[in-house]
Amino acid sequence: MDAVFKALATASRRKLLDELRKENGQTLSELCQHLDMTRQAVTKHLLLLEKANLIAVVWRGREKLHYLNPMPLHEIYERWIGKYERHRFRALSDLKKGLEQTKTK
Amino acid sequence: MMKKDQFVYVTYIRTTSEKLWKALTEPDFTRKFWCNTAQESEWKPGSSWKIMAPDGMLTDSGEVLEIEPPRRLVLKWRNEFRPELKAEGYSRLTYQLEPEGKSVKLTVIHEIEKEGSKFIEAVSSGWPHILASLKSLLETGESLEETREWPREACK
Repeated sequence: MDAVFKALATASRRKLLDELRKENGQTLSELCQHLDMTRQAVTKHLLLLEKANLIAVVWRGREKLHYLNPMPLHEIYERWIGKYERHRFRALSDLKKGLEQTKTK
Repeated sequence: MMKKDQFVYVTYIRTTSEKLWKALTEPDFTRKFWCNTAQESEWKPGSSWKIMAPDGMLTDSGEVLEIEPPRRLVLKWRNEFRPELKAEGYSRLTYQLEPEGKSVKLTVIHEIEKEGSKFIEAVSSGWPHILASLKSLLETGESLEETREWPREACK
């Protein structure tokens, strides 16, 4: 679990996960197009995310495709949020979103 | 190339490939972490495969495309009880088991030749629960409570 928190502790790595959330299964080149980072930096970040199991890799021929792997985050969620509190959190989070949207309108 | 919807899950489970294979294919095991549903297949290439709810309702069905115990299993898979998902036709599910140290790396790939698939969206909210429960069952002897009964959110 240390590896997961360490991997998530950097904004650029979270940004990479966001990109995969938008479109899963991207290659390194595709990911580089959306990010203001060198190819080397992206490679390094991807490797760290892969080691933390936050990214799963599938080879399609010679292309390496990156997928957001929800399993480690799910484990964190299971551990601290748990099965009983889920619905209450969903309700609170919807309430927060709703109120914040009305405020900014 | 045709665009497709695909989800990939990777989880490491402290067990052996043989035990994990059994857990994925034997009804006595699958029932415990898969919402009390029953899987039925002769587990040979080309044999039919199905999942049934505890009341006997057919929930999913398909066919064994590739089988190589205890390493790889590929299924043709279609939802049978939600018309809008059934209409999308067959998806493809791959289980891949690779021993790594004292654990087995389980990769689950669920894909369909379609963009914006409702079926892939539906299963993508269920898989993490089912797989976490499978991991818990093999490592501690107990599955997660939320996946023990039908119908539960994890199994819709």
